[in-house]
Amino acid sequence: MQSQTDVVVVGGGVTGTAIARELSRYQLDVVLVEKSPDVCTGTSKANTALIHAGFNADPDKQKGRLNVRGNELYHERIQHELDVPIEWRGAMVVATDESERPKLEELLAKGQDNGVDGLEILEREQLLEKEPHLTDDAVAALWAPTAGIVNPFELTVGFANNAVENGASVELEAEVTDITKTDEGFTVETAKGEIDADIVINAAGLYADEVSKMVGVDDFEITPRRGEYYLYDKQFDIDIDTTIFPVPTEVTKGIVVTPTDEENLLIGPNAQEIDDKRDKATTRQGLDKVLEGAQKTVPDLTKQDVIKEFAGLRPAIKETGDFRIQIEEEVPGFINAAGIQSPGLASAPATAELVVDLVEEVRGDLEEDPAFDPNYSGPPKVRHMSHEERAALIEEDPRYGQIICRCETVTEGEIRDAINQPVPAQTVNAIKRRVRPGAGRCQGGFCGPRVIEILSEELDIPMTEVKLEEEGSELLTDEIKQPLLEKSREGSEVNADD
Amino acid sequence: MTESRQAVTGDLDAMRREEHDLVVVGGGPAGLGAAQAAYDEGVDDIVILERDFELGGILQQCVHPGFGLEYFEEELTGPEYAQQFIENVAERGVDIRLDTMVLEVTHDRTVYAVNDEDGVTEIDAEKVILAMGCRERTRDALDIPGSRPAGIFTAGTAQRLINMEGKLPGEKAVILGSGDVGLIMARHMHLEGAEVEAVLEIMPYTGGITRNVVQCLEDFDIPLRTQQTITEIHGNDRVEGVTVQEVDEDFEPIPGTEYEIECDTILLSVGLIPENELSVDAGVDLHQVTGGPIVDETRETNVEDIYACGNVLHVHDVVDWVTEESMIAGRSAARSLQDRVETREEPIEIESTGKLRYVVPDRISTVDPDREEIPLYMRVHAPMEDVFVTLSSGGEQLARTFERRAEPGEMVTLNVDSDTLAELPEPRLELDVVQREEA
Amino acid sequence: MTETVEITCIRCPIGCDIELEVEDGEILSMEGAGCIQGEDYAREEYRNPTRVLPTTVRVKGGVLPYVPVKTAEPIPKGELEAAVKELATVEVEAPIELGDVVFEDVCGTGVDIVATRDLPAKESDPLAAD
Repeated sequence: MQSQTDVVVVGGGVTGTAIARELSRYQLDVVLVEKSPDVCTGTSKANTALIHAGFNADPDKQKGRLNVRGNELYHERIQHELDVPIEWRGAMVVATDESERPKLEELLAKGQDNGVDGLEILEREQLLEKEPHLTDDAVAALWAPTAGIVNPFELTVGFANNAVENGASVELEAEVTDITKTDEGFTVETAKGEIDADIVINAAGLYADEVSKMVGVDDFEITPRRGEYYLYDKQFDIDIDTTIFPVPTEVTKGIVVTPTDEENLLIGPNAQEIDDKRDKATTRQGLDKVLEGAQKTVPDLTKQDVIKEFAGLRPAIKETGDFRIQIEEEVPGFINAAGIQSPGLASAPATAELVVDLVEEVRGDLEEDPAFDPNYSGPPKVRHMSHEERAALIEEDPRYGQIICRCETVTEGEIRDAINQPVPAQTVNAIKRRVRPGAGRCQGGFCGPRVIEILSEELDIPMTEVKLEEEGSELLTDEIKQPLLEKSREGSEVNADD
Repeated sequence: MTESRQAVTGDLDAMRREEHDLVVVGGGPAGLGAAQAAYDEGVDDIVILERDFELGGILQQCVHPGFGLEYFEEELTGPEYAQQFIENVAERGVDIRLDTMVLEVTHDRTVYAVNDEDGVTEIDAEKVILAMGCRERTRDALDIPGSRPAGIFTAGTAQRLINMEGKLPGEKAVILGSGDVGLIMARHMHLEGAEVEAVLEIMPYTGGITRNVVQCLEDFDIPLRTQQTITEIHGNDRVEGVTVQEVDEDFEPIPGTEYEIECDTILLSVGLIPENELSVDAGVDLHQVTGGPIVDETRETNVEDIYACGNVLHVHDVVDWVTEESMIAGRSAARSLQDRVETREEPIEIESTGKLRYVVPDRISTVDPDREEIPLYMRVHAPMEDVFVTLSSGGEQLARTFERRAEPGEMVTLNVDSDTLAELPEPRLELDVVQREEA
Repeated sequence: MTETVEITCIRCPIGCDIELEVEDGEILSMEGAGCIQGEDYAREEYRNPTRVLPTTVRVKGGVLPYVPVKTAEPIPKGELEAAVKELATVEVEAPIELGDVVFEDVCGTGVDIVATRDLPAKESDPLAAD
């Protein structure tokens, strides 16, 4: 890792990577440091994967303004620049009782104030035409055509890869352990060594308060708020086309029912404050609440055909309930981008834009890098190709002819591509995020051993060192026979003492 | 679905196009038996498409004995059983394509297969036999809450890792599910020096055969705990333990019975699911209980000229019956190719009472003078002792088989002979289970 | 001193739980067997319980790193753990044929270990340096 740079970005979630990419547009040296062996391992890996329209957003809050601007940027730029799945399915906030209608009108007005396009109230018949599985109790809904769904893993990886293609560095397994203010700026101590920087941008998600404390800015706290989800099989017979919200109450935004970019149905999240930032466990009560909540809008849902449960943690600043994106006055050069819960994903490009403005405030106008190329493409997606296209591809490169993941039709070529990207996949989950093996109905039962083998080969490490995600998550503990040989050795040692 | 914007270079005409009489999807014991039987019936244009690097299917990782007692009258290990049939198809010159994945089977029997040597091959098949086997039920399908650490494996994946890759999935395991796969894996893990803390079973009785309980658990003092299940998984990066609870008759966890078991590995042996995604896309109707296609006695599905056999049709516990069933399918497909199939005017519907979970096949739709009997495969819905499984038609009992002990985990077969079928009072067969005193 | 030994019969799906009264290695009486075959089994299982051992042995130069093997005949149950330890030290070279003896006289039982499948040698890569 280099020992000096202009800007250190702490945190490889969607916010940090979007910032790094935006900064790489300029003649600036940027290093993003991420504590895990991959980007996108925190909140960005476990969320509802929505690009909110912005009608729910409070225009007085940072997150309100950034949601709307972010949505705009996804429409205008991101979906054209990054070859990642983004689909404008639209969202509906469904009232299941006439008493909820005023709330719809309220959201409509707020949305229009925020500058959200195309909002309208739809009536029951129109709703049931769009979504035949919607509850019979539906009376009306706010319809937001500018809402979208996105693949948050490919998005984050796309931001990161594009940033590196444009000259930024991404350092993995580089947890920040301390930051010292110096005359020139900062010395950032990481697990991979020290790096001096003029500016530090804190996008450390759940740990943003701890990073901020390192430079003495300790007036906010991140409280983890857990949200749990169910994901259904692609061949599930309840087809949902749009993102369905219930009417939000005082207590909760409600359980969302939405398709994902790969046509799995996703329901969730609930919300529960917890203490332990490492606790991403699902719970019986939480999951039951998720299904119950989803049945409010889509009553036919059961646990049948579920292929995955998971939980994510929102990094909430409880006091304000808002983002905290600002230059910290007491520590000039230190920019916080903290408290990014929902709509963090929708806001990411706008957050990056804002942070660049803040960086300019600190160090004066930035000069654009003429070589900057915003366009990024990941590995080819064999599963979305016609048979003819596949045949053509395999003729050029036979590795795309070896199917490794049966459930999702993912090839050896795509997996090896993922391991050799600018921000390379080094773990089983990193591969799953980029190219999907393990995300299907067998959850890695068939492809798992093969993926481990390929990682072992490409990284030149024994299979027993291949990790699922973090340090300590090695999947295979030993070569067979080794424990027996060790027991034999121990046995003979004991005997030798006789 | 988002279309990728990447342009594909290369020759869009690179796809190979072939025509074959019979395409068999899967080269495990079902596919091998079907191909062998079809060949012996006179069809020589047969292609087996197998996704693994060799034939034999799941048998290659089943290194334990227990196979072939019926078919070979000898007790063989999985690989030994497989090798016999691998040699049989090799001798018969069947076209074998390894490392080849089937991407799609269309309703009119166009099969798309892919491998790295041939690229994509489009095969127009006269007949297709589906023999894809099954996959394992996952932790998520069981809805077990808790963390998602490394160290959770289905028993079959662990078996492959140990027996073929030569890697241990862990050092200290809890096994959920006492079916034969779970029991076998308890022994494997133990004999490889790992600790097996317990085998947990949600039912009041084990799902495996007694011999496996004795030789996999009792031999090594591995406890079997019935009416218990895992209700939570712990450990951030690697499994650290499980919470276990007793369950009531409705399989609901009983509050207050929680206890913890420290472990670094969880093996799940909690159900096999016929792998029918290709079948569904081809328009094949599936049976609600078996999860496999609905077939007649020739093993033809509702889609003309598409057949199914083996675990993809219904999960078998004895491979010898897979062989018998697959040979029925192969022979049927062959006879159909030769126009030697005579359809009954009216199919004979096969029905069963609630005492049986299911019966395969669903009906008898052909007349076949060369066929002496038709085996019916079924499972009782709960353990029973001293029962007759009876076959009747129009109230008249035609045949029966006595079971000292019948269990859901052990398939029952009852053969109905062709003469009986010729003289049915009505085109219906009814299967029931009655206690011996009542019979 | 008489002792009670419990043996589960494995001859048929019923799995009778048989109780033996034994003293000094002699069977005094037996209870619970549902048939004669069960009694025979219990006697044999008490006096000389044997098992076929299925396991794998390391292979050099094969298409797989291990070959499945079994004891050619059942060996005393008490030797199973010693047997796997002994076999853990063994390595055989491909190609191997089904039935090949990969190890003789495991743990002094007089029983050989045989391969249960053909295992071809890995095709050498013509481009690899020797």
